[in-house]
Amino acid sequence: MDISKIRNFSIIAHIDHGKSTLADRLLEFTGALSDREKQDQFLDKMDLERERGITIKAQTVRLNYRSDDGNDYILNLIDTPGHVDFTYEVSRSLAACEGGLLVVDASQGVEAQTLANVYLALDTNLEVFPVINKIDLPAADPERVKHEIEEIIGIDAHDAVLASAKEGIGTHEILEQIVRKIPAPSGDKTAPLKALLFDSWYDQYQGVIILVRLFDGTLKKGDKIQLMSTNKAYEALKVGIFSPVMVEVPQLTAGEVGFVIAGIKDVADAKVGDTVTLLNRQCLVPLDGFKEVKPMVFSGLYPIDTAQYEQLRDALAKLKLNDSSFSFEPETSVALGFGFRCGFLGLLHMEIIQERLEREFGLDLITTAPTVVYRVHKLSGEVFSIQSANQMPELQSTEFLEEPFILAHIHVPNEFVGGVLALCEDKRGVQREIKYLTQTRVMIIYELPLNEIVLDFYDRLKSITKGYASLDYEHLEYRRSDLVRMNVMINGEVVDALSLILHREKAYFRGRDLVSKMKELISRQMFEVAIQAAIGNKVIARETVKAMRKDVLAKCYGGDITRKRKLLEKQKEGKKRMKNVGNVELPQEAFLAILKVD
Amino acid sequence: MFTRLYIHIPYCQRKCPYCAFFSEEIAGTDLNAYASLVQHEMHLTAQATAPRQKLESIYFGGGTPSLLDPHLIAALIRQAGTLFELADDAEITLEANPGTVDFTRLAGFRQAGVTRLSLGIQSFDDRMLHELGRIHTSQQAREAFAAARQAGFDNIGIDLIHALPGQTGPMWRTELKQALNLAPEHISIYGLTIEEGTPFDLRYDSGSPLLPDEDMAAEMFEAADDVLEAKGYGHYEIANYARAGFRSRHNSGYWKRDGYLGLGAGAHSFLRDAGHGTRFSNSADLKEYGAALLNNTLPRQGIMKLTRADAMAEFLFLGLRMAEGVEFESFEREFKTGLEDVFGREIRQLLERELLTEDSFGIRLTRRGMLLSNQVFQRFLP
Repeated sequence: MDISKIRNFSIIAHIDHGKSTLADRLLEFTGALSDREKQDQFLDKMDLERERGITIKAQTVRLNYRSDDGNDYILNLIDTPGHVDFTYEVSRSLAACEGGLLVVDASQGVEAQTLANVYLALDTNLEVFPVINKIDLPAADPERVKHEIEEIIGIDAHDAVLASAKEGIGTHEILEQIVRKIPAPSGDKTAPLKALLFDSWYDQYQGVIILVRLFDGTLKKGDKIQLMSTNKAYEALKVGIFSPVMVEVPQLTAGEVGFVIAGIKDVADAKVGDTVTLLNRQCLVPLDGFKEVKPMVFSGLYPIDTAQYEQLRDALAKLKLNDSSFSFEPETSVALGFGFRCGFLGLLHMEIIQERLEREFGLDLITTAPTVVYRVHKLSGEVFSIQSANQMPELQSTEFLEEPFILAHIHVPNEFVGGVLALCEDKRGVQREIKYLTQTRVMIIYELPLNEIVLDFYDRLKSITKGYASLDYEHLEYRRSDLVRMNVMINGEVVDALSLILHREKAYFRGRDLVSKMKELISRQMFEVAIQAAIGNKVIARETVKAMRKDVLAKCYGGDITRKRKLLEKQKEGKKRMKNVGNVELPQEAFLAILKVD
Repeated sequence: MFTRLYIHIPYCQRKCPYCAFFSEEIAGTDLNAYASLVQHEMHLTAQATAPRQKLESIYFGGGTPSLLDPHLIAALIRQAGTLFELADDAEITLEANPGTVDFTRLAGFRQAGVTRLSLGIQSFDDRMLHELGRIHTSQQAREAFAAARQAGFDNIGIDLIHALPGQTGPMWRTELKQALNLAPEHISIYGLTIEEGTPFDLRYDSGSPLLPDEDMAAEMFEAADDVLEAKGYGHYEIANYARAGFRSRHNSGYWKRDGYLGLGAGAHSFLRDAGHGTRFSNSADLKEYGAALLNNTLPRQGIMKLTRADAMAEFLFLGLRMAEGVEFESFEREFKTGLEDVFGREIRQLLERELLTEDSFGIRLTRRGMLLSNQVFQRFLP
């Protein structure tokens, strides 16, 4: 393999800017995708991903291309996950490349997410060149977008390819620019093996499949390999490439990208960012940038029908096979029964998992309010993390608490700046910077507590900006904060599933809002129901649902007993779907009320 | 099999916007034709029923049965007397809309053999009557009542609806006073319910500020109980009050699970049989109903043979509607097992919540239990 004829690249784009369609065109043009195999948006495997236009698992494909210069090239397209929750995974995929195509929508221009990934790519020293997509649309304004790219990102856009992936315009020029502009990888194929593990997933027939980019050395079938973060050794049972179907090759050498199947049982043992080397001929230093990925957002998942508990457990285990960043452990709630405390990288990750559980596994779930990981410093000097309000110790024994902060980049048209600033202030944000990227586009940079983001930040941001804002964030450090645990009590009984950790200043408002919502949702019962929000012993809000007084059927015309009975049965059926706290019947919606705050 | 006959007349001069029961606007329809279909149905049923059943009551319900000419009512009663055995003291009720009757007509009904008149007055407030889409005024209702007395009806029931849009407590008390001024033998009191699919359903959202809320509706129910009981009307069933000796025997039969045969489109039947009884209804599609009969078949549908558990539930949720409630002895006679053995736990819970009371004879609803009767009845469903 002539290393000078290899180009490793990825496509950087905002959701909806046409990444997947463009990838399809590249595959088609180079003959990687025959018509028989053709399926729209080949790279996005799961339905859910396709629906949302996002990619969760990186895909990779080898394209064979004869350039206008007469030479044959191997182009490895390495796809990147498309969401803020997967920044680390994105960074590892980018680290496997030498260059990136920056795809920008010809009418919408540069978005916050694009920016974040471009900066990531530039930080990784990738050669990035722009492609302006969707030029066929009436609102397309490629000149303005070129200008934006130069202004905002600071890369040369004078010869940006004008493309329409949908119409197949510009594909050839893109391939030419990949060959021309992206540097060939460098590396010594005779040196000890040093390969970056940039993705892994579980296949039920073959075990864990890992994707690697070789920086040095050679990897052959039968080699004994070692993963450097765990020092575990495996035998490379199969080595190959995606064409896009899996094809075994005798060996992979420095500069190449491919897969390895090595009898790894657990995807958690094949960590993204890890370095693969040979057991008997190890490289001296692993690759930079390896991080253990830890869940940042937690929530409780409970089956509405308690009989679905086993099914839920099996489903979670199945999802976990393929997703080491996701965690779950059994949890019991007085109100909701048996369920699981699940950890996610972020909100989108959480939503995706929930949706998959409901859609692919047919489960009906109640989700408790998402929470972040807090750090508790006890007076005794002990420090530990908690992922749920119910783990929070008594205030008296606590010296202080810390919560994680993030740095948010919010990109909006200037008419929404006021609204977004108000939102960020309301969310306890600390302003870092407001940058006018152009006359009409603004980048607002805020430090925000993650716990404010996980609740309803996205929804409110969307509604304030009519959907024009885009958000990206990175994690900052933990900061000391005046946090309290707020309990909701129904007739004096604490409903554990409704407990929250929040900032003291927010508690009063949230408490009032929550109990008044609950009041609307809890129907009148045979006795009065008191709904209280409290911090410790101090009640901060109270509402009362009066006792039911009248529930009588109207006239029974002409002896229609069946109709009467059906009405009674319907009422009774409705009660079965309720969750009981003490004697009080709570509808499912009451548990969701906590997720929605005005 | 059955001791009661119900005849449904599914026609009204105009549909009331709150009513969800099966009825069509008459709009020139020939009621002679409909009556003869009912007669044919009665004939077919009698042929299929052996031995000849003895009838304790007949009830013409609707719709608006008073739209039928007295001679048609007479013919139907006569035929019932021929095909079945009609008890000498049979109660024969006709529902009448005050806007459809005058003295002559009422006298005709009396002469036809109707012994009891149920007058759908609903309200004495003309604004309410207008809102309800009734075809009569309160003055017409009073006139109809007087005419009925004059025509010889000594057993008249009236219907009133409470919790009407815009109605207040004092307004409701005025309604009760007006009702008492007429001195009827029987008063039925219903709370307005917004039924799905009716024009009222579109007009009033649940929780509409125009509708009295649950608390006020409950107070109105209680006010009726206080006022009417004080004037000698016994609250003998959740929605019904009567002077001594004037309970509706036919309607009481529904709660006591007597067998009844329903004739006419959309009519419901309950036949007592060797098992736990069978419920069914006639097609509520007039074309289908007619076509079946012209084909000499009975237009029955939704035939449900009750299980023992069904029958036990019914025994409770129907029996408890009556002031006397459910007697231990009658339950045991019917099911050969004790009430306590079957529903002991449910009964204890309901006693604790003061929705039921108990004595050595049986159980019955408290006043609160009446107001929350659905909550009580649900517990007995299988």
